Amino acid sequence: MLGQQFVFAAAIAASVLFILSLGGLSNQEKAKRAVWYGIVGMAIAVFFTILGPGIGGYWLMIPMMIIGAVIGVYVAGKVEMTQMPQLVAALHSFVGLAAVFVGFNADLERRRVLASQMIEGATDNFSAFAALVATKTPAELAFLQVEVVLGVFIGAVTFTGSIIAFGKLSGKMDGKPKQFPGGHMLNAGAAILCLLLAIVYLNGGGFWTLLLLAALALFIGWHLIMGIGGADMPVVVSMLNSYSGWAAAAIGFTLSNDLLIVTGALVGSSGAILSYIMCKAMNRKFVNVILGGFGGTSGPAVEIEGEQVSIDAGGVASALNDADSVVIIPGYGMAVAQAQNAVSELVRKLRAAGKDVRFAIHPVAGRMPGHMNVLLAEAKVPYDIVLEMDEINDDFPKTDVAIVIGSNDIVNPAAQEDPNSPIAGMPVLKVWEAKQTFVCKRGQGTGYSGIENPLFFKDNTRMFYGDAKSSIDSLLPLLD
Amino acid sequence: MKIGAPKELAKGEARVALTPESAKHIIKLGHECVVETGAGEAAGFPDEAYREADVTVVDSAEALWKEADIVVKVREPSEKEAEYLKKDQTLISFFWPAQNEALLEKCKAQGATVMAMDMVPRISRAQKMDALSSTANIAGYRAVIEAGNQFGRFFAGQVTAAGKVPPAKVMVVGAGVAGLAAIGTAASLGAIVRAFDVRPEVAEQIESMGGEFLFLDFEDSQDSSGSGGYASPSSPEFREKQLALFQEQAPEVDIVITTALIPGRPAPKLLLEDMVKAMKPGSVIIDLAAEKGGNCELTKPDERVVTDNGVIVIGYTDFPSRMATQASLLYATNIRHLLTDLTPEKDGKIHQDMEDDVIRGVTVTHQGEITYPPPKPKVQAIAAAKPKPKEKEPTPEEKKAAEISAFKAQTKTQVTMLGIGGVVMLLLGMVAPASFMQHFIVFVLACFVGYQVIWNVSHALHTPLMAVTNAISGIIVLGAVLQIGSGSALVGLLAAISVLIASINIVGGFLVTRRMLAMFQKS
Repeated sequence: MLGQQFVFAAAIAASVLFILSLGGLSNQEKAKRAVWYGIVGMAIAVFFTILGPGIGGYWLMIPMMIIGAVIGVYVAGKVEMTQMPQLVAALHSFVGLAAVFVGFNADLERRRVLASQMIEGATDNFSAFAALVATKTPAELAFLQVEVVLGVFIGAVTFTGSIIAFGKLSGKMDGKPKQFPGGHMLNAGAAILCLLLAIVYLNGGGFWTLLLLAALALFIGWHLIMGIGGADMPVVVSMLNSYSGWAAAAIGFTLSNDLLIVTGALVGSSGAILSYIMCKAMNRKFVNVILGGFGGTSGPAVEIEGEQVSIDAGGVASALNDADSVVIIPGYGMAVAQAQNAVSELVRKLRAAGKDVRFAIHPVAGRMPGHMNVLLAEAKVPYDIVLEMDEINDDFPKTDVAIVIGSNDIVNPAAQEDPNSPIAGMPVLKVWEAKQTFVCKRGQGTGYSGIENPLFFKDNTRMFYGDAKSSIDSLLPLLD
Repeated sequence: MKIGAPKELAKGEARVALTPESAKHIIKLGHECVVETGAGEAAGFPDEAYREADVTVVDSAEALWKEADIVVKVREPSEKEAEYLKKDQTLISFFWPAQNEALLEKCKAQGATVMAMDMVPRISRAQKMDALSSTANIAGYRAVIEAGNQFGRFFAGQVTAAGKVPPAKVMVVGAGVAGLAAIGTAASLGAIVRAFDVRPEVAEQIESMGGEFLFLDFEDSQDSSGSGGYASPSSPEFREKQLALFQEQAPEVDIVITTALIPGRPAPKLLLEDMVKAMKPGSVIIDLAAEKGGNCELTKPDERVVTDNGVIVIGYTDFPSRMATQASLLYATNIRHLLTDLTPEKDGKIHQDMEDDVIRGVTVTHQGEITYPPPKPKVQAIAAAKPKPKEKEPTPEEKKAAEISAFKAQTKTQVTMLGIGGVVMLLLGMVAPASFMQHFIVFVLACFVGYQVIWNVSHALHTPLMAVTNAISGIIVLGAVLQIGSGSALVGLLAAISVLIASINIVGGFLVTRRMLAMFQKS
């Protein structure tokens, strides 16, 4: 059995390793090393904590860890890269649920310790956390209760929210925003009720107050995310990421564990920054995204003149054969159609023919931050030709052919040209400045936001209708 | 359907409307191709080449007109050819319906469908069929070559051992397709090119081709968007200013290429006799508007005129025909594109879709009726030029003032935030126990570290970032580990479940991150 000082030392080492692990993600090569920092940090933290003072129940803990690890290995090995968003959402829900349970436990232990102190006034037969609780002063116990409430509340919201996000992302649930009548008033009501219950709990309410509070928080998480549509999922997933961190931090306070606090704060701020980046990329307020729906429009949208002109694979292929520089703009449609390998093959062929081929990635393309990058990496597209919006947006006028594959709102010129458009002011990829644009799309419908896209009606735009994968596949033999 | 191309009858016309190359594409559309013997001879396509492309060669014009369902031609049909036309036959050629009303009536009477290549609407979709542009492009190029042929000096300036050669100065009037082609050709030969057009919005195009726009400051300048991108007649005041500009340029320039045309009107007279007199001997004027009367007063169509002061005025009207091979290739491609639009199903059946802007615009007679002029196309050729709001460049003082005020505002918000934060901390410190504050310090510092670290994460790695933060948020397993040895069975159970799911999180999160990162490869 190791002393408490070893556990602290391990916590310091683990914190540093976690920070290095996140910092290493600044570029692709460093990141490969950085993930090992994270793994080693976690191993140190778990190992020393398990062997630390006052830990028992190994007969239950070790098998559970092994089972969990096996499931983890299985899931990580099996998941498709297109399914990353739902995997991340599912994993968030685990953290949320664990936070709720640990919070409950903290309260149960507190009650147990208080009850036994009443009777005996002795503290010697408690182990682990209970022993710690037994040494706390009344003021500290009051704070512990606040921390438990926070941990349970955030954890519960994260749990159901993540499950809904998982359902929507995996297509097991309709992606459209849906809410009970009353909408956000219901959420607000539930939140106020939670606050009241928390006050009752802090003033000595029974365990039922905490249970009811958790139930209401579960409802809020479920109802909140139900009301958010599929394309806003990048924000939702980052937000839940952030919440799972805050939940861990709150539990860290409860348990007086600095490592949990540090890690929780790191994860929490990471998710918060990601949400901020995503919102900025959509030019929307965070609150506006979470409450669902688009901002009000200030007038009728500019009418679109012209017609959508379609083109066949032969036409696209001949344009590609003539082009010197090509930019591909992938979107969620590419992920849905599993077209990344076909696209990669297309890129390989074009590059072999000496053409300059690059990818332009909008921050909110796909269903989670960086989704497209991962898909393209999986399909063996070299990452140095995959560029961010700001890096490539000025190059479109010099581009011969832009191919839009399964994206819509992120290439909508109305965002810049029409001040009355619901997405006015959102930064978009200026594909219409390319000499020629092909849009690979399933049908004539509007995108997620339901906004008509004037790009499709532009004179230099041709619509290449069909499933993205089969469309690109049909192109391949026509290229020389 | 059988597509047939007869030999052109017009004198000096060397082009042909069907080339072996275009025939191959047309056959792919499900059609058959026929050509009159010797039709492509002058353009450099012998009968043999056609046969190789699976085109049937027939002996006489009469046989061809009889056999073909669709006759493709370059020039408008002659009297005799119009006689050949039969009911439900289609003729595709240049037609100039506004100028050839009698011919139009005749074709209508014969019951034929006539599609005029000069009527292709000026919308982007129809550019590939725009034979006027492809022809004008050739004319512009050829005009410069012709000028070079007549001009006794180099185009490009040179410094040689034998002395210095100044560059030739070329002025191009009218920056349509022909004008722009001329600007580009002359500029690439090394000449100094100036160009003028009544439409100020073409200035950019002129500059992009390497020319210098001769700007005429005049309030009532034209907006060509209403007239489909073509020029329209200008006011007398404008014309006066314009002539003054040319008068000023005339003594300076060596070569003048005029391309100014207004649809449906005689060419405007822009180079008056006295201007030509002012030019240097040996200067060359190429008048591409000669067919419509010429932009120069001294132009005689189809002739080379040398004035008393030694200025050569060329009024040839057959520039495209002088490059018959190239011209035929482009024209045949234009025709081929039109046929592609007429055969949407690629099954060899013509679908005369009168709802289609392009097909409607081109068709001048159909089913025994004259369908000229067509209604305005649904799509506007060129978006109306919007006046660009002038952004005032801020002066250095203004910039500095703006920077200072921004800095002040930033300082103000930061100080306010810090103040509020400090007060909150104080209030918290009043109620919270010391042990809590210790942890709180750690928490706040960790938030700051996280903030600094995460902003450096590359956008491309946001998904791995989420996966790895997910994995490390599995650290909550420590909480469960601390509780699992509790004496209470319920606590033990909940803690055990927590350990299980947090372990899935840790292992799954790290492994999937590793898997993702391994995929990122440099080219």
